[in-house]
Order: sequence, then structure tokens, then C-alpha cells
Amino acid sequence: MKKYNTFYSVPYVLWLLLFVIAPLLLIVYQSFFDINGQLTLSNYQTYFGSGTYLRMTFNSIWYAFIITVVTLLISYPTAYWLSQTRHKQLWLLLIILPTWINLLLKAYAFIGIFSQAGAANHFFEFIGLGAQQILFTKASFIFVAAYIEIPFMILPIFNAIDEMKPSLVNASRDLGATNWQTFSKVIFPLTLNGVKAGVQAVFIPSLSLFMLTRLIGGNKVITLGTAIEEHFLVTQNWGMGSTIGVVLIVAMVVIMFVTGERRKKGGQRK
Amino acid sequence: MKRKWYDWRHVYLWLVFLLLYAPIFYLIFYSFNQGTTMTHFSGFSWQHYAELFADTRMIEIVLDTLLIALLSSLIATIIGTLGALAIYGIKKVWLKNSILSLNNILMVSPDVIIGASFLIFFTFLGLRLGFSSVLLSHIAFSIPIVVLMVLPRLSEMNHSLIDAATDLGATNFQVLTHVIFPFITPGILTGYFMAFTYSLDDFAVTFFVTGNGFETLSVEIYARARQGISLEVNALSALMFLFSLLLIGGYYFIEQYNNSKKARRRNRTEARLIK
Repeated sequence: MKKYNTFYSVPYVLWLLLFVIAPLLLIVYQSFFDINGQLTLSNYQTYFGSGTYLRMTFNSIWYAFIITVVTLLISYPTAYWLSQTRHKQLWLLLIILPTWINLLLKAYAFIGIFSQAGAANHFFEFIGLGAQQILFTKASFIFVAAYIEIPFMILPIFNAIDEMKPSLVNASRDLGATNWQTFSKVIFPLTLNGVKAGVQAVFIPSLSLFMLTRLIGGNKVITLGTAIEEHFLVTQNWGMGSTIGVVLIVAMVVIMFVTGERRKKGGQRK
Repeated sequence: MKRKWYDWRHVYLWLVFLLLYAPIFYLIFYSFNQGTTMTHFSGFSWQHYAELFADTRMIEIVLDTLLIALLSSLIATIIGTLGALAIYGIKKVWLKNSILSLNNILMVSPDVIIGASFLIFFTFLGLRLGFSSVLLSHIAFSIPIVVLMVLPRLSEMNHSLIDAATDLGATNFQVLTHVIFPFITPGILTGYFMAFTYSLDDFAVTFFVTGNGFETLSVEIYARARQGISLEVNALSALMFLFSLLLIGGYYFIEQYNNSKKARRRNRTEARLIK
């Protein structure tokens, strides 16, 4: 099999080198050049020196955190109760279905719903709050981002709950644990890996949702992604954009490390 | 026992489903609006669908998007399947694990990072931005998902099957086409399918590498959404929703087919054992 092995690894290895390793190295390389093509550390100096970039990074992480918490609070009970329904695979399919609708179309729908005379304001008027400015606020950004991420949080949590042996829950109840104790001491710890996977799947993209900050947030929220897009496609300052990109990559690695499963040596989890 | 239908847990689930689907149906509902806003429904009409089908530019973009999705997922499936075979053949555990980690980089990277780094890469190579850069990017970000779908099937495969085939005098190529491929086909199909939907769904990466001349559907919708409401986009979203339903139906069918095949095979072996 040796000969064939080298034969079919060629395109794949080429892909690894050209589209995984090379672009990553290039983005790091580019971050050391200023807008005039001079080799310099000034991008990093600007980034860490001026409060603007650090504040933007902090804000972006803060928004991603809020989005993740909101998504988790909505998704965990959904996944839990979903796993107890009878046709759970069918229901799960219905949860996944909206993710197949193009993200831009969902954002576009909210432009209509949140507009001055839109459905959301009709509802506010109906319950006596009166019309509000909803579109182009921070709250609307968080709402729409959470809306988009919910299925990605439900899925891993659902799988974790589904894998859990029901006998453990029964044992806990038999031994006299209250519902809350069963949840906090048995169910939640056992499904923690699903929660971690969900947090990972929601938090990282939330740092880079530039289209939502533009369409829904009305540029009131600036995420790391918005800043990168701005530098690359609007101001054409690729060096600074790459520097922020490097920061985003570092943030990503940290999150993966914090939420990653620590694998025991030797045995591979299946 | 309480009556299940009044259970507040079900109420919660229904609310979540309502939240998930309301915006989509809102879009579709207003695609039939006689007027031009997404706020006042003034009467039923097909006019926005007529506009959509008369819009040759939009139709061209739809066809381009489908072409990119079909081509990129096909090529990604070929490279990804070969890659999975190569990874499967690696004996050293550390090497296998490091290649798998490299494989997953594009799966976990934020879209903007992939987009920006590909943009630098293509500019560095001097490649003109347009159809080819978009196609290459879509192939690149779809390969890892194909590997991840095919690899488990390969590991599930019983190695004695291969040994038996070689003992019976099959060449390497025959082993590949007659033993390995039939076994991993479900994984390959799922991989192709995922790659296809990844490509259709992508906005951010395409937005970075598309340049000026070439557009996919997501980029076009973004451009139109920034200008405000146009009910043609609603009509388009209704059609895309139907298309997704068809795709998911197709996916469901593949899964059912795989399962029933597996079940049939199991029944056959059991029957043989009983005999």
C-alpha cells in the first residue's frame, strides 16, 4: 500500500501547505508591515499603545461573552427538554433547519422586523410600550447574533444529554436528591463537554460577525471582525488588519485551550 | 399524570421554535406583498417573483453560486477523501494527531481570518480576484469537513476485509475500488453534502476574496440589504427556503438509505448465521 499512500496524499498535503500553513504565516508576516510597505513593529505599537484598539478588543470580547451567555441560557433548557420528547430526532432536524437558511437572509429579515413600523414595534405598541428605535442598537445586535447562534449551541448540548445514561439520573433520584441537586451534581457535570463545545462554537464566531454589526448594529458595535474587514477592504491598511487578525487568532487559541477537552494520553476518545 | 399538552416545558419548546422560525416566515409572508415594504401587507401578489425571474443579473448570480458550490464541493470531496485515506494509512500516532490538528484549523478559524489570510495569499501569488479565487477558497475551506466525515467510516472498517482481499490476490487498486470505496461511500456522500452547504452558505470568506467583477448570492444579498428593503430579496429567500427543504429532504433520504442498507446487511448476516 506504500506507493498508493504517497500518491493520494499529494493533493491533501499540498492543500495543507498552501491553504492552511501558508495563509497563517502570511497573515503574521503581513502584520509587520505598515501601510507604506515598510518592515516595522509600529502596528503592534499602535495596537497596544493607543487605547482605542484595546478598548475595541475588550468591547468585542464583552459582546461575544454576552451573546454566548444569552445563547447558553436559551439553549440548555431547549436541548434538555428536547431530549425528553418522543420524536426527538425529528425535532432536532427542525432546530437545525434554520441554519440552512443563508445568514444574510436572516439578518435581512430582522431589518424588516425591527424597523420603525415593523412587527416588533407593533408588538411594543400592543403591550403599551410605544414604538422604539430598535434597529441599529446594541441590544438588537446581541439579539440577532444570539438568534443566529442558538442552533449551534443546542446541537452539542443535545448530543451530550442524549449520550448520558438515564440510569445515572434515576440513581440520583432514588438516593433522594432533589431536582436541583440532580441537575447541578449529575446532569450538568456530565454534559459539560457539550456546553464547552457549544461555547466554542458560539464565542469564536461572535468575535467576528462583521456583517451583523453593519446591517443590524448600525456600526454602533465594532467587533474584531468589523475592524479587520474595515482595514482590509475599506482603508486598505492590510498590516494593521493583519495585526488585529493575529490578536483574534491568539484569542481563538486561548478559547480552544480553555474549553477544549483534555485528552488522556494514549487513549483516543470515540 | 398531567395532560402532556399543557406542560410548560412544551410551551417553552414551542416558544423557541416560534423564535427560530418567525423571522423566516415573516420574510416569506411579505414576499407576496403587493406593496413594497416589509411592514404593511396591502394585498396578495406574485409581482416580486415576476421581478425576480425577469432580473437576469440575479439569475446569473444564482447560477454562478450553484456552479461554485457544485464544483468546489466535488473537488473538495475528492481531495478530502484521498486525504482521509492518507491519514488512515499513517501509523505514527503523533504524526496522525498533528495532521488532524492542522486539518481542523480551517474548521475553527473565524471566517474573517480565513478570508483575510486567503486575500493576502492570492495577492501574494498574483492571482486575479474573481471566479477562480472564490472557487479555490471554497475548495480550501470545505476539505476539512470531508476528511472529518470520511475518516470515521475508514476507522470503522474491519481491517481483515483488506487482508482477505489481498490474500485472494487483489491488487492495491482493486482493494481501493472494490473494498474500501463501497464501504466509505456513505461518509463521502455526507462529506459532499456538507461541503455543498458550506459553499452555499458562505458569506465572509467570499466577501474578502471576490474582488469587483464576481458575485455570489450572499454577497449580493448583503449589498442589497445595505441599501434597504427590496421585496425581490424576500421572493428569493422564499425560493431558497424551499431549496433548503429539498436539500434536507435529500440528506434525510441518503441517511435513511444508508441505515436501511446497513440493516439489510445485518439481517442477511444474521439469517446466514441462523441457517
